[in-house]
Amino acid sequence: MKKILILYLLSILLAFNANAGTDGENSLSKKNQPVKDCFEGLNRGIFAFNKGLDNIIFEPAAKGYRKLPMPIKLGASNALNNLSNLITVPNNFLQGNLGNAGNNSMRFAINSTVGVLGLWDPASRLGFERIDKEDYGQTLGAWGVGAGCYVVLPVLGPSTVRDAVGSLASFMGGDPWYNVTVKNNTQHFTDFDYYASRATSGVNFRAKNIDAFDNLENNSMDFYASVKSLYLQDRQKKVSNSKKITNTLDDSDWEEIETK
Amino acid sequence: MNLGCNNKLIKFFLTSLILFLLTGKSFSIEPNIFIQSTVNRASTALSESFTKEEKIRKLKNIAKETVDINGIGLYTIGKHRKKMTDKEKSEYLVLFEKYFLKTFSDRLSEYTNPKVSVNDSQKLNENYTIVSSVLVPTKERTEIKIDWRVYTKDPQNLLIRDLIIEGLSLARTQKEEFNSIIQTNNGEIDALFNSLRKFINN
Repeated sequence: MKKILILYLLSILLAFNANAGTDGENSLSKKNQPVKDCFEGLNRGIFAFNKGLDNIIFEPAAKGYRKLPMPIKLGASNALNNLSNLITVPNNFLQGNLGNAGNNSMRFAINSTVGVLGLWDPASRLGFERIDKEDYGQTLGAWGVGAGCYVVLPVLGPSTVRDAVGSLASFMGGDPWYNVTVKNNTQHFTDFDYYASRATSGVNFRAKNIDAFDNLENNSMDFYASVKSLYLQDRQKKVSNSKKITNTLDDSDWEEIETK
Repeated sequence: MNLGCNNKLIKFFLTSLILFLLTGKSFSIEPNIFIQSTVNRASTALSESFTKEEKIRKLKNIAKETVDINGIGLYTIGKHRKKMTDKEKSEYLVLFEKYFLKTFSDRLSEYTNPKVSVNDSQKLNENYTIVSSVLVPTKERTEIKIDWRVYTKDPQNLLIRDLIIEGLSLARTQKEEFNSIIQTNNGEIDALFNSLRKFINN
């Protein structure tokens, strides 16, 4: 509880810090302003490094993973989704979405027990539908904190200053799975469990998107810019928690070409 | 009597023909039907019986008829459009069409018999309607949501202006990619032209 309070205060401070010395409108507070690429040179360098790493490790691993029997892939995907509830539920609460928090808590309880550590998803059959994941970056965004600059993190990939701060929150007590595996010696889990789950999650994501990534790379003149655009659109959609299609577009741009 | 009857028949046919010609072009089509019909055509073009080259040729023809390539081109060049000369604009639109058709057909030709199911549509204003659809899941991939931005200004000639896949706009991605190429080359529009030429000839 104390940690959650610290995180809450940290987020409030971040939000206020973003407005310090301004009229309340700056790059961290304007929700729909284009996200600046303040460290583009460095970002492109890290992007190239990540791509090299992907070619050597993640892509071959993802190709191997795709060859596994479907029940194994489905079970692994279900278990990872189940674990993600541990971050989603506190963020549902922090965003004031108690309905989703209740739904996801029930999903975690049912799938971890009846669903054997999350390998199966009986909760969906019982009416607890799978809902979009939430994280601390999304919560900060929902509270009105702007994305800040775009950054590419080594190994982890595209992010923003806000989302990177959100990720830090997970390591400061905001992720119960990290707490019981790495942070605290619980006798039940080891560091390996955490890092194995994170690595599997990365490979699982890569395997699901292998064709889409190849297609995007082959049809991009500036792959870095395409990935950045898609990442930022995706985060904008997730932060707004909106199913509205028009929210992903700036309609004024389309209207402008009418006059040409 | 026969002559009078024939004259009446001729008049009837001529009147019908004129009416048909006059009204035939005024039929408008609903955006969701337009999209379903377009994806059905694309699905047929992607059937297993065609070679990759045949698929690409058929897809290009469908795109030329149903996509507002010039409109997307103007959108994707964004703010740089204002400082372009008419000659540069014309050159850009020619390059963009070639680029668009190449990427469009390359992206789709990998699929075989994709099934797209059109669900509903949402009218944004007089100019735009968003049609929602899903790419039906297979063993290899999960369901994918695809929304189509349909330009409805001329109801008799509907055109696609954007594909929004799982909430991600292809036109916006393209626009940001083009802007990045220009920005990283000190705002030189020629840098984009060179990249487009290189891509087209690759």
